[in-house]
Amino acid sequence: MSEKKCIYMDNAATTKTHPDVVSAMLPYMTEYFGNPSSLYDFGQTSKKAVERARQQVAQAIGCGPEEVYFTAGGSESNNWAIKGVAFANQKKGKHIITSSIEHHAVIHPCEWLVSQGFEVTFLPVDEYGIISPESVAGAIREDTILVSIMFANNEIGTIEPIPEIGAICKEKGVYFHTDAVQAVGHVPINVDEMHIDLLSLSAHKFHGPKGVGCLYVRSNVKIERLIHGGGQERKRRAGTEHVPGIVGLGAAIDRSVSLMYESNMQIQKLRDRLIEGLLTIPHSRLNGHPTNRLSNNVNIMFEFIEGESILLLLNQYGIAASTGSACTSASLEPSHVLVACGVPHDRVHGSLRLTLGEETTEEDVSYVIEILPGIVKRLRDMSPLTPDELRSKK
Amino acid sequence: MYSEQVMDHFMNPRNQGRLLNANGIGEVGNATCGDIMKIYLFIVDSVIEDVAFETFGCGAAIASSSMATELIKGKTVDEAWSLSNKAVAQALDGLPPQKIHCSILAEEAIHAAINDYLRRSDLPERKE
Repeated sequence: MSEKKCIYMDNAATTKTHPDVVSAMLPYMTEYFGNPSSLYDFGQTSKKAVERARQQVAQAIGCGPEEVYFTAGGSESNNWAIKGVAFANQKKGKHIITSSIEHHAVIHPCEWLVSQGFEVTFLPVDEYGIISPESVAGAIREDTILVSIMFANNEIGTIEPIPEIGAICKEKGVYFHTDAVQAVGHVPINVDEMHIDLLSLSAHKFHGPKGVGCLYVRSNVKIERLIHGGGQERKRRAGTEHVPGIVGLGAAIDRSVSLMYESNMQIQKLRDRLIEGLLTIPHSRLNGHPTNRLSNNVNIMFEFIEGESILLLLNQYGIAASTGSACTSASLEPSHVLVACGVPHDRVHGSLRLTLGEETTEEDVSYVIEILPGIVKRLRDMSPLTPDELRSKK
Repeated sequence: MYSEQVMDHFMNPRNQGRLLNANGIGEVGNATCGDIMKIYLFIVDSVIEDVAFETFGCGAAIASSSMATELIKGKTVDEAWSLSNKAVAQALDGLPPQKIHCSILAEEAIHAAINDYLRRSDLPERKE
């Protein structure tokens, strides 16, 4: 029997840490173990490494290094941005605007703020998952203190009109935060040109290590601390710096941004071939926007069958994929993103997300296109919902 | 996440399909929740001579249907009625907590199919 294949198509869940990133990190786990807050040379070596990474992030998103704060990842950055701005600006107002397709790391802090006396507007999206800038403009009130709209959606890959939304927020004098966890390293970003005041990113989505990210905070933004304690990160985020992680983040963002154009061209070609191949399966539909989507995202709905059983069968063929967000796979709730896009309730369970990466090959794509129709057929033969014309003849 | 038993019944489902001569059919669940189970019974002299299932759902739902049909095949209607969801889950060497409802669905689908048979035979339906 041939060796079991191993095709990783879940790069939106996490990416493989690049060997160059690992090499950059290693010395900071071994010889350069010093605490950046210490005065002696050991400590100063670590401090320099952290400041170099800060510079790398600043360069990647077009901000000043003093506006970059390292965190433990995307969830912390989102929590900090939302709660921090809410509590620092509540004298001005208690109204926040976000969308109905945000990651749970944005939706849940917003819901928690409601329990603390804040008011949150969850904007609807169109069938492709796009939030219209006009709806943002229409929702802004006198007491609005923050707009938080994701850069690109993690499930369906739709890229939002961020520069337009940013311009509206700037004009109205409301802070604009974007959860750019899925976008950084994959979409060109410039916080000044796009009028972004706060931006969350996470290293493991662009071949960096897990457990480290950062929040960009424009220098004039009023924000409370989330983590109280020592004076790290210019007294805004306590805790001894995760030096190897931060070094890895810096190396990874530097690498991803410089390779972005080339890499996107290659991945997008594979993505389009995969979408085209899978849509030949009858009663299938592409979720998300046909063109305005992340270069690596394929999300397809197959009628009459359920997503988890597709994943289990794909896994038997060595293909790693997801039904939507990795974070919700343990729960039974249908995807809030697909529901918000108006996908009927009886169809939201049959979606499959394949997210390609730098290592995805033409052969991988061909293999998935070859395997998946059989899997769909097998499950449809099993389903009481399948119309007779789609069933195998006995 | 799943036991070997669950994976075996998911990969090689027993009694999967439709039963053209079924005299008791039960369908439970709905597509909105992500699970539909349909059980076909062919009952002769109060014995389940043949059984089949069709399921729309996750791996645990398919495995629970497959196992449940195995457990009632050749049994009397009384025995099949008393098959509990716990027995289905146990026979599968356990299910993850969030998937226990799949075994409950299997029990309910069998009850629905038996009641359908009783209705067709002009016999009083059973209560849960």
